[in-house]
Amino acid sequence: MYGGGNIFEATKLDDLQAEDPAKMAEFEARIARGEKIEPNDWMPALYRKQLIRMIEQHAHSEIIGSLPEGTWITRAPGFRRKMAQMAKVQDEVGHAQLLYSAAETLGKSREQMLTDLINGKSKYSNVFNYPALTWADSNVISWLIDAGAIVNQMANARGSYGPYSRALERICAEEAFHLKYGHDAVVHLATGSPKQREMIQAALSRWWPPIMTFFGPSDKMSTHTETLMRWKVKMATNDDCRQQFLDMYVPKIWELGLTVPDPNLKKNAETGKWEFTEPDWEEFKRVINGDGPCNAERLAVRRSAEERGAWVRKALLHPKAKYVKPLA
Amino acid sequence: MNEQAIKDLLYKLADDLLILGHRNSEWTGFGPILEEDIAFSSMAQDKIGHSLAFYTLLHELGEADPDTVAFTRNANQFHNSQLVELPNGEYDFSLIRHFLYDNAEIIRFEMLSQSSYEPIAKVATKLKGEVKYHVLHANTWIRNLGSSTEEAIARLQTSLNEALPYALGMFEPSAYEQDLIDASIYRGEEAVKAAWQQRIRAVLEKTELQLPDLESITPITGGRTGSHTHHLQPLLDEMAEVFKIDPAAEW
Repeated sequence: MYGGGNIFEATKLDDLQAEDPAKMAEFEARIARGEKIEPNDWMPALYRKQLIRMIEQHAHSEIIGSLPEGTWITRAPGFRRKMAQMAKVQDEVGHAQLLYSAAETLGKSREQMLTDLINGKSKYSNVFNYPALTWADSNVISWLIDAGAIVNQMANARGSYGPYSRALERICAEEAFHLKYGHDAVVHLATGSPKQREMIQAALSRWWPPIMTFFGPSDKMSTHTETLMRWKVKMATNDDCRQQFLDMYVPKIWELGLTVPDPNLKKNAETGKWEFTEPDWEEFKRVINGDGPCNAERLAVRRSAEERGAWVRKALLHPKAKYVKPLA
Repeated sequence: MNEQAIKDLLYKLADDLLILGHRNSEWTGFGPILEEDIAFSSMAQDKIGHSLAFYTLLHELGEADPDTVAFTRNANQFHNSQLVELPNGEYDFSLIRHFLYDNAEIIRFEMLSQSSYEPIAKVATKLKGEVKYHVLHANTWIRNLGSSTEEAIARLQTSLNEALPYALGMFEPSAYEQDLIDASIYRGEEAVKAAWQQRIRAVLEKTELQLPDLESITPITGGRTGSHTHHLQPLLDEMAEVFKIDPAAEW
């Protein structure tokens, strides 16, 4: 995983009016020529701000995303799955580490980003506010959420910011393995015992609505992002990503004899586009703003990890600091 | 060759590794820094991989397949030391346990790589290189945190004092101890313990932590013969939760 459906700040005209026009023209020309922007290069303040926001959201999605699958490490059935599930989730935490480093090149510290995550100021991929109730849910995440992330990340890897783009290339290579792992696990359930088939169908039905919102609201509903696309920060529209995902994975889901819980889902032969029931964007908004089934739990886990580990970070940073007993 | 003695040795090696690997994996997502999340996950993967290698040797000696052995036994059928089954607690306890365990493990693997029983010698030779990194990780962190803040030192000292009786329980001799030594299969727990004391002492001397007099500590034993704390059975139940939905199925 796990980037996708980034929430950008609305671009305001005066954000750009304060910038030096000559530097701005050169910056845009470089991007148009396909050059990468590096940490010490000149960049408009808005570019920096949007990138920090995007990379940070992506990094948070990796560590929060490791929680629903992480809870199945200790319950994974059999050695093969147990070791693969551990390696897979470890990769995701490693991605967070890479991404926080990429974001740090733009001037925001990891500690600050994690503080903003815990305080609810920064967002992460909304799908992780839904629970992974069974082993099969974890497999659906490994397969289809990672698949969605690859669609998004392959596009963003062509983006203009050097450190992010290079991090994404490495991440995509690992995600390709996750996808195979997730698919293999889903195939075993979908072709397994009646109990296993029932588990995987139930998990797919639970996860389909969140999956459909993974790429973010329809472009006709989202704030206009022309500047971000010109700057190669946002590389593909939400609708294009969603269409590409459906094209690649709906046939594979059907192949396994599984039912997608949307009676309106079909590919229009004339337009070549998938048609589907519009996701519940009201619910999406409600959940992303904190009122989902797992928001509180996810942040509480993260907060507890930060608090319980604070003494370790303090000891590393200031090994000679004196301990002051808290007032009773 | 005393097959029963070899099986007993393999079970205690494999069970220690499986249970500690499982505990290490519980840190995924909860580490004090991301790098430690990743490190404990790496070690968990190694430990569980190593346990699989020993369960595979057991299977070759006629025991059930590794999945069945690992996922269907009850606590009283496990031969791990009680040290590895204790809950992770805070990071200080997990780190101390990792330090005490892996400094013994590296000695065990060194000795086993010289074993007269070739299948064990092969596995130990192949895997001991990985254990070396686990020891390096533990010793580095103990040295860093063990001479840092008062809080870190106090936490580690408390955890060290709590863990030591259980750590000494790792060296509980088996009923086949002398047979294994006589057949040059394994040099025995007393030999491991002596070398272990030197190793941990050498690291702790470079810190502000105090190693208590080990002779005055009563080891907590019983794990090797299936007597466990109340923490093991819930761990096993959790591990088998999905597997037991349909043990005959392929997952």
